[in-house]
Amino acid sequence: MAGYFQSSAEARAYSSAEVFSETKTPLIGRFALPSGNPYAPDSSVPIRSFAVQFSQANGQQWRTGMNSMPVFPVGTPEAFYQLLKAGAPDPATGKPNPANMPAFFAAHPEAAPFLAWVKTAKPSASYATETYNGINAFYLVNAEGKRQAVRWAVVPQSQDAVGETIVDGADFLEKDLVQRLAAGPLRWQLNMTLANPGDVLDDASKPWSGPHTVLNAGTLVVQSSQPQADGDCRDINFDPLILPSGIQASNDPLLAARSAAYASSYLRRAGEVSPLHHAPQESKP
Amino acid sequence: MKASPQFFAPLARLLHWLMALMVIAMLFIGAGLAASVSERHAWLIQLHKPLGIAILALVIVRLVVRFSTQQPPLPQDLPQWQVLAAKASHLMLYGLMLALPLLGWAMISAAGDPVMLSSSVRLPALVEANAPLFALLRKAHGYLAYLLFLTVLVHLAAALFHGLIRRDGVLQSMTGTKD
Repeated sequence: MAGYFQSSAEARAYSSAEVFSETKTPLIGRFALPSGNPYAPDSSVPIRSFAVQFSQANGQQWRTGMNSMPVFPVGTPEAFYQLLKAGAPDPATGKPNPANMPAFFAAHPEAAPFLAWVKTAKPSASYATETYNGINAFYLVNAEGKRQAVRWAVVPQSQDAVGETIVDGADFLEKDLVQRLAAGPLRWQLNMTLANPGDVLDDASKPWSGPHTVLNAGTLVVQSSQPQADGDCRDINFDPLILPSGIQASNDPLLAARSAAYASSYLRRAGEVSPLHHAPQESKP
Repeated sequence: MKASPQFFAPLARLLHWLMALMVIAMLFIGAGLAASVSERHAWLIQLHKPLGIAILALVIVRLVVRFSTQQPPLPQDLPQWQVLAAKASHLMLYGLMLALPLLGWAMISAAGDPVMLSSSVRLPALVEANAPLFALLRKAHGYLAYLLFLTVLVHLAAALFHGLIRRDGVLQSMTGTKD
């Protein structure tokens, strides 16, 4: 989907990035259900994700992949690898060993905040009514070189109606999105939560608790959607380390791991888009 | 007629040894970053890009120096196949030193990523965003880097063969030392 970012003045003192100084910056985004199975029903996981590419006029870009969960289950690539291994199907049975996950979580108490969120999380009835969190910490850097650690999130202006729940159909979220966009643009406010002294910057499994200053950095306005098989978002690697001057990565080891792993999956994906691209034409008589 | 020089021109020798260090460092940086998902990956990639562009600029300077200075001739008694191998391997070294940075630059462009040499220095895109082209260029970048590694090893072996076994002054023409 495509739209633009309308900046407020609030982040300008903290970051020299053009995305905050220009009034409007075009954006391309992708909503997704981050389950490993492309045929999983939309209600199968409470997690939704929103990846955005802001294209600054000076040619620099800011890419961020955000998720509905506020914290990551684990803080290191090693632990994440163990988590994936615990959930991987056993070749003998074709199913993951049911004892693996409880054993993993028993050995990884850092996942407690994530598990607490999963217990209360309710899958939103629409991509448009979800809050998406950047999860990892970054630095905003201003023209004087002063750094402020932040975590960001986009908060929807649309809300689920009371009692509205997700419909159990295939690709319901996608149809809903197209329908909503036909009625008008969708908006999210970009919130920058400023770290307090003592907040953990290099571990995405740790929530920042207590009162925090939150900047309203501006509004993401989504105007149109495109089907993913052929959309502009398809060929973008939402590498969290593609940052404009004025935003820097923190020492969170997950950032480097995401960047490296996405590069590898992007290469595999990019080698196979040609058949995907031609599929609709070929199916025509 | 001017006598053939015994040594490469001082500027040619300086460029050779400087670039030898850079290229060898680059091969390890490249292999190291491709094999890691740790912070090392991000750190090495930040080194890899400006270093690659520096090599591209230097190899162009070096080609100019090569064609504007006199080269010491190969020994008269060198077997013909070794003369051919020497010429072919040098052509390959120059070609790969030119091609690899260009492939790297083009592949980032084809991915649609901004080509950032630092947090604020950006190079223009060499080609338009095109995912299948990215996949092709990215693979070529990797395979040709291994080919360069192999060529560097052959070059090194040949240099040692000239210096230690044939003792024919070819190695000294680049080190600048007398026997």
